[in-house]
Amino acid sequence: MTSRSARLAAYCLLALHAVAALPGFFAPYGYAVQDRDFPYAPPTRLHFFDARGTLHLVPFIYGLRPDEGGSYAEDTSERYPLRFFARGDSYRLLGLIPSSRHLVTVDAPGRLFLMGSDALGRDLFSRLVYGGTVSLYAGLFGAALALALGGLIGALAGFYGGRLDSVLMRTSEVFMALPWLYLLIAARAIQPLDTPPARALLIVILILGGFGWPRPARLIRGVAASIGRREHVLAARGFGASDLYLLRRHVLPRTGSVIWTQGALLVPQFVLAEVGLSFLGVGVSPSIPSWGNMLGDLQHFHVLTSDWWWLGFPGLALVFVTLAYHLLARGATVTSG
Amino acid sequence: MTILESIPRALAILLVAAQLACGAPGSEPAPAEGPGSDSPSASLQGTPGGRLVAALRAEPGTLNPVLAADRPAQTLRYLTHSDLIHINRETQLTEPALAESWSVSEDGTLYTLRLRRGVFFSDGEPFDADDVVFTFEVYLDPEVASPNRSLLIVHGEPVRLEKIDAHTVTLRLAGPYAAGERLFDSIAMLPEHLLAAPYAGGTLSDEWKISTPSDRFAGLGPFQPSVYRSGESLTLKRNPHYWRRDSQGRQLPYLDELVLRFAPSEDAEAIRFQSGEIDILSDISAGNFVALAASATSAELSLRDLGPGLAYNFLFFNLNELAGDDLPAVAARQEWFRQLEFRRAVSEVVDRDAITRLVYQGLARPLGGPVPEGNRLWRNTALEAPARSVESARARLRAAGFTLGADGTLRDPRGAPVRFSIVTNSSNRQRVEIAAIVQEDLRALGIEVQVVPIGFQSLVQRLLETHDYDACILGLGGGDVDPNSESTVWLSSGSRHLWAPAQESPVTSWEATVDELMTRQLTEIDAAARKRQYDQVQQILAEQLPLVYLVSPNVLAGAHRDLGNFRPTILEPSALWNVHELFWTPSRKKP
Repeated sequence: MTSRSARLAAYCLLALHAVAALPGFFAPYGYAVQDRDFPYAPPTRLHFFDARGTLHLVPFIYGLRPDEGGSYAEDTSERYPLRFFARGDSYRLLGLIPSSRHLVTVDAPGRLFLMGSDALGRDLFSRLVYGGTVSLYAGLFGAALALALGGLIGALAGFYGGRLDSVLMRTSEVFMALPWLYLLIAARAIQPLDTPPARALLIVILILGGFGWPRPARLIRGVAASIGRREHVLAARGFGASDLYLLRRHVLPRTGSVIWTQGALLVPQFVLAEVGLSFLGVGVSPSIPSWGNMLGDLQHFHVLTSDWWWLGFPGLALVFVTLAYHLLARGATVTSG
Repeated sequence: MTILESIPRALAILLVAAQLACGAPGSEPAPAEGPGSDSPSASLQGTPGGRLVAALRAEPGTLNPVLAADRPAQTLRYLTHSDLIHINRETQLTEPALAESWSVSEDGTLYTLRLRRGVFFSDGEPFDADDVVFTFEVYLDPEVASPNRSLLIVHGEPVRLEKIDAHTVTLRLAGPYAAGERLFDSIAMLPEHLLAAPYAGGTLSDEWKISTPSDRFAGLGPFQPSVYRSGESLTLKRNPHYWRRDSQGRQLPYLDELVLRFAPSEDAEAIRFQSGEIDILSDISAGNFVALAASATSAELSLRDLGPGLAYNFLFFNLNELAGDDLPAVAARQEWFRQLEFRRAVSEVVDRDAITRLVYQGLARPLGGPVPEGNRLWRNTALEAPARSVESARARLRAAGFTLGADGTLRDPRGAPVRFSIVTNSSNRQRVEIAAIVQEDLRALGIEVQVVPIGFQSLVQRLLETHDYDACILGLGGGDVDPNSESTVWLSSGSRHLWAPAQESPVTSWEATVDELMTRQLTEIDAAARKRQYDQVQQILAEQLPLVYLVSPNVLAGAHRDLGNFRPTILEPSALWNVHELFWTPSRKKP
């Protein structure tokens, strides 16, 4: 059961990360595109039957027109069928290949707001997808960095013990005590104003990873210390094996399951950290969406009272990602156990 | 708010603007939808008693009126103290307060004020000319460093106050001053009997902190501090000796208690207002105003849209003369910013209607000049917001030698791509949204813009000290309608001359002309001539675009529907300006 749910979680996460890796393709529009005629539009309804009751195999949408109550009504005079793999706003696939194909879109002047639009008429679904790129990959790369540093430092400390162990572990304690939030704010403050958003994101990742290594390091140190004293390792040393050989051949492979489990636990933590930072306005620049700065909008009274539902989506996505990673972590623990 | 205490008044005013408040006079109260849209013009007879809960955005830094720099402290000064000549927030004209009458000498330099008799401080001690003399001595003392001191320096010299007898004082100015009577507003009269000793001992700044016991406090305002709960509220109680009476001779204020509840944000205020925890609210943001009007409890609320106030939001470029090679990147970009056609193109491409509609839900007015519609007395009505035209903006840039590259990027005559950043204060969501709109609009010209919201303190430091920025979106809004309240913005030597503050001598010829006109209107006693001069100032500022004027937000306020005499104004402190006559109608009285 556990392994099956872990596998399911792994597939879901794989799919989610694939979507987040190619936001330009999966999002119908660019994240900054403003349709100023449609602020706070509700999610567009997909139809199969038109006003006369005729069935259409390809779902379609109607256009929107503002009604008197400050909301919107469907304008049934014109149908806009969904178009798959059609051309739309241009973007760069993986940041390199110019393209304008989108998984799904509609012909202009129709507007596909799968999750509604925000105050400036930007498509929320597109922003959620682009925001996923920021939030998920900040978490993933941050955790990878923390694990790489933690794995190396922990293995060295555990394997060699003695003074090196004390120095490295005391250093880890210092890092755990450092107020990293202030450091992050300070690091952001000394950057020039025209720092590109990508570099700002890199700083967030470096700080998350650079300050997240002590916990995995301490765990891995324990594993490495116990392995280092096992008889087969002592025997190998007796046969003249070098430290590098022992680390590579005997110690690091044994820490694999710990690293996997830690990774599955750290990623959602770091995703949440990025979301928290952006929510507070010290994460990525608000010009680019992230789940955190999208959730930040929910703090506003009028959004909370009238349009709360659309902002629930980043929250739901976050719950889903966290849950999936935890299932994965449990699966990894059970397998290694 | 304690950080604020250390920054000069100019910055405090900036902050006021930053928090998007800014009341402004002159606009017709336009009733909002929903109940309570009746707007009584004259004060109603109230019934005494009751308790009113109002919101304060932060804890005031001090109860000491001399040192009130932050906005909560200024509101508190208004509630607990009185001045000699007062600006009526509703009529925007001066009216007698503690001075029951005054006369001005023919040359406009000597004011003789006759003080009201039988006035007592809240502790029962009498008020007389000695208190006035003491007050001006304290305000003018450079050691005290009152943020109001600069108001009392006229033509470079401090005003001189003399006591004639116990109920008469004279005030001498170094030269004629057009807004002389308005000087006295906000100069809170201090009790000499309580503050003379600490002043002599040099400890005045330690007096009247927010936690000071109420028996060591005395003021001439309608209320006096009573109970302070840290992080929660400050309760004021009725001043039994307040000097104002209603038309039937009954002593004011009507209310027994005024509770100021600290709410950290406009959203927290709105939630508490909707739930009935707060009875009266100023500075409601447009989004929250619309949401409140649509909420289930809106029948309980009286919501007022007062039309555009004195606040104006704008985009401006860094036009400082940068010393040496400190900021080569900024200096290179300044070559674009200094070109008038570049600024005009930017102004023409910005979609002011979209800002009004999307950011302010239609509760704002596009701007074509520096004085918003709220200031009906002084606005140059010939200045209209420019019509948006991407084509015309492109033509201007082409004429100035800019070209559109094959990749759609605008390039300057040297071939460098036109890219810059716009800073704004992160705490003001409206401005961050305006920046996102401007960013999209400029993309239509091929200009790539980074929007960088930063903390307010750090923003002020960049604007006024390091000059390390390209462009900025900010707002200002004087405390008064009179042109003098904006003189530090338009004078090239002014501390709020944001695009290039505190110049030793005007850098451009048009700044020199503005300086001359602003100085001339300062001493012009003839109101019509003064208006002509100020119109000309506005004309120049609209042509030269040191600030790209965007929109002026409406002033929005609300109160419980059973609150009598609720007549908010566009001048600060908006909903609480007539706190002495507010009362609960018999249909609902607070315990």
